[in-house]
Amino acid sequence: MIDNKLKRSNWHIWFFLIAIVLFTYGSAAITQFNVVEGMITLPDALLWMLSNLFVTGESLAKLPIILAALFETIFTSIAATVFGAIIALFLGLFGSSKTMINKPLMLFSRFVASLSRNIPVVVWALVLLLSFGQNSVTGFLALFVGSTGFLTRAFIESIDEAGDKSIEGLQATGATYFQIVFKGVLPQCLPQVISWILFMVETNIRNATLIGILTGTGIGYVFDIYYKMLNYNVISLITLCIVVAVIVIDVCSNHVRKVIL
Amino acid sequence: MIPLLQVNKVEKFYNEETKVLKDISFEVYPGEFISIIGPSGAGKSTLLRCINRMVNFNQGTILFDEQNIGQLNKKELRKVRTKIGMIFQHYNLVPRLSVLENVLHGRFGYKTTLQGIFNRYTQKEKERAFFLLEKLGIEEHAYKRCDQLSGGQQQRVGICRALIQEPSLILCDEPIASLDPNSSKIIMDYLKMISSELGIAVVVNLHQVEVAQHYSDRIIGLNKGNIVFNNRSAALTNVEIQNIYSSNMQDLIMI
Amino acid sequence: MVQAMENNPPRKRHIPLRKYSRADIYIRVMLLIFTLSTIFAFFIFNYKGFELKTAIVDTLSNIKIMILEPGLSHFSWGEAFYQIGITVGLAFLSTIIGAVIALGLALMAATNLSNEWLSKIVRMVMAFIRAVPTVLWVLIFAISAGLGSEAAVLGMLLHSVAYLVKAFSEAFEEMDSGIIEALRASGANWWHIIIHAVIPTTFTYLLSWVFLRFEINFGVAVAMGAAAGAGGIGFELFMASSFYFDLREAGMITYFILIIAILLEITSTQLKKRFFPAKA
Repeated sequence: MIDNKLKRSNWHIWFFLIAIVLFTYGSAAITQFNVVEGMITLPDALLWMLSNLFVTGESLAKLPIILAALFETIFTSIAATVFGAIIALFLGLFGSSKTMINKPLMLFSRFVASLSRNIPVVVWALVLLLSFGQNSVTGFLALFVGSTGFLTRAFIESIDEAGDKSIEGLQATGATYFQIVFKGVLPQCLPQVISWILFMVETNIRNATLIGILTGTGIGYVFDIYYKMLNYNVISLITLCIVVAVIVIDVCSNHVRKVIL
Repeated sequence: MIPLLQVNKVEKFYNEETKVLKDISFEVYPGEFISIIGPSGAGKSTLLRCINRMVNFNQGTILFDEQNIGQLNKKELRKVRTKIGMIFQHYNLVPRLSVLENVLHGRFGYKTTLQGIFNRYTQKEKERAFFLLEKLGIEEHAYKRCDQLSGGQQQRVGICRALIQEPSLILCDEPIASLDPNSSKIIMDYLKMISSELGIAVVVNLHQVEVAQHYSDRIIGLNKGNIVFNNRSAALTNVEIQNIYSSNMQDLIMI
Repeated sequence: MVQAMENNPPRKRHIPLRKYSRADIYIRVMLLIFTLSTIFAFFIFNYKGFELKTAIVDTLSNIKIMILEPGLSHFSWGEAFYQIGITVGLAFLSTIIGAVIALGLALMAATNLSNEWLSKIVRMVMAFIRAVPTVLWVLIFAISAGLGSEAAVLGMLLHSVAYLVKAFSEAFEEMDSGIIEALRASGANWWHIIIHAVIPTTFTYLLSWVFLRFEINFGVAVAMGAAAGAGGIGFELFMASSFYFDLREAGMITYFILIIAILLEITSTQLKKRFFPAKA
């Protein structure tokens, strides 16, 4: 009996491994990814990067433009996340089995979250581009829609985790739904909520770069311009600025998380 | 004397096969201390939660203070719940808030939604909270977060929260199941004091038969959803115990 | 005798509800920062070409068309599947290669499995890689490798590796140290411990992360197609919306993407259930 089971699980593993190898070959074929070329490219690219991507005095002159664009991107990210969080809180309350108001709303909320999460932010950006045009609002909205979905799912989990017993306790005292939510559920999950918001802001800053290229705003747009001009030094500077910004925010977030969680 | 609580032929089932409570009838008088004992799955928790309608029952009536619990709408139900306090095995506090805040949560039933949300507690209520904390011996922890307290201390916070409601009945769902023997004695002593000194009726779910015998005026034995014993605690003999738990005495742990 | 409120012993002072700890201050400050930043953001927006009313009406009607009247015009269904295949292929390649590389690096990064200096260096490099948005990596690689699948895979690879290293090393570190201790005490060497204790213990967790990364990489591959010339369905979407302004095609493509994403999610859940039922 045990022998059979072992044999079966071995078979499983082999089957799995072979499937993976096949898929890998298939993917390489369909994408015309030449493995050898890919492997050569890496050190090639690294060498090229080391010799070409550095900051010169000239490029430093562009720093004000870069910083202005970077600030716009950061603030857009925060704003989109905050709006998303507010909506997500409502949807989260509807969607959690503990605080839900009725079943249809709960299913609707989870459906919206799933929809928003499974469609990449890029898609939202391109769709909104058609009607809102190439300006900051488009970028903001694309990030907003993406954030709402992700945060709703995250909040539903936080509420489920935090609320359970406190809700029962408060129900027994005769509290109303809103009293239970505001004084029982929210205080308990507020630190987690803030932690998720911080995470979303970081993610959005990275997404904003991508979206900026498409919607012509923020740091992505600036990068695109100088990329097309083949001005590698400025590109290096921009990349450096982004890295610094992201790392600073990352460090601050971790510190805040340590204190409040 | 008019009974405070009248449970009459109450039944609870989830579907045709699983009947959790069958033909439950008993009465509770003001100031009585009643223990409900029985094996796991007998329906003790469900029964307790039917009394304040945290769980809906399918048949029968429950009269609390001559009000028909089954017929109340949401608003009336909340008002009735202010008169019934409840204590839980896992305390059910809001861990991140302070002891004082958790105790004051017991006053929500008396407030409007907005008053509750914005912490508009009267000076009297706050003083009352401190008075209760003092009586239960945890006044010094008033500003600590609840998750910093031990199990026994948290349960006492739960008791204060129930008491500040000024209830006439307190339901206790296995209040000492998560506590060590020392804290358990402290909690049971306080519950006894509530019923004898403050005249509040207390109904407790317990696993420990000897604890029930020691503290209660009356004992109700539940087995598979039926009441198999309902009498003064002195009348609980070994035969009756075996009846309730459907097993021999030597198979039961007696603390 | 029931105690009433009136019988309280009197207390004179004002009674606060809680003592404010450092955590409370941080929380309030964070909320303040969020609110102010949001308001500030709206002041520095560039509103060129933006009119609220027409924009909202337009968007709603656009979405309606996209949802209700999808249809392809610039390429056939067969081609569509081919493009999807490219995008999925890109995602798969970067995930699988990334996972293999990440495994090795994570072993170096875990503090309980390797020495302090090596672990620090690996972590810092990973953090740096994570800080650069994927699209920038791909574009940078495209400079020397040209716009195409090599650059895309390499760029996506870097991020996959970086995130997986973080996840894997955390899994290794959270392992019960007793297991490692026991094997060390019996004389096993480092490789023995890795292969026979660490990997089996954390395997399902690692696998979950790889699947998750695959799903994420699909979205990233779409994005790279749109913004960095990597081809695939993302590129088609970009063309449909920015070049041809063809709503119906954009709608159709969006449906494709949504369906594939859901399929991936379901497949990975099913695979996990059937082949590795002892899921963490």
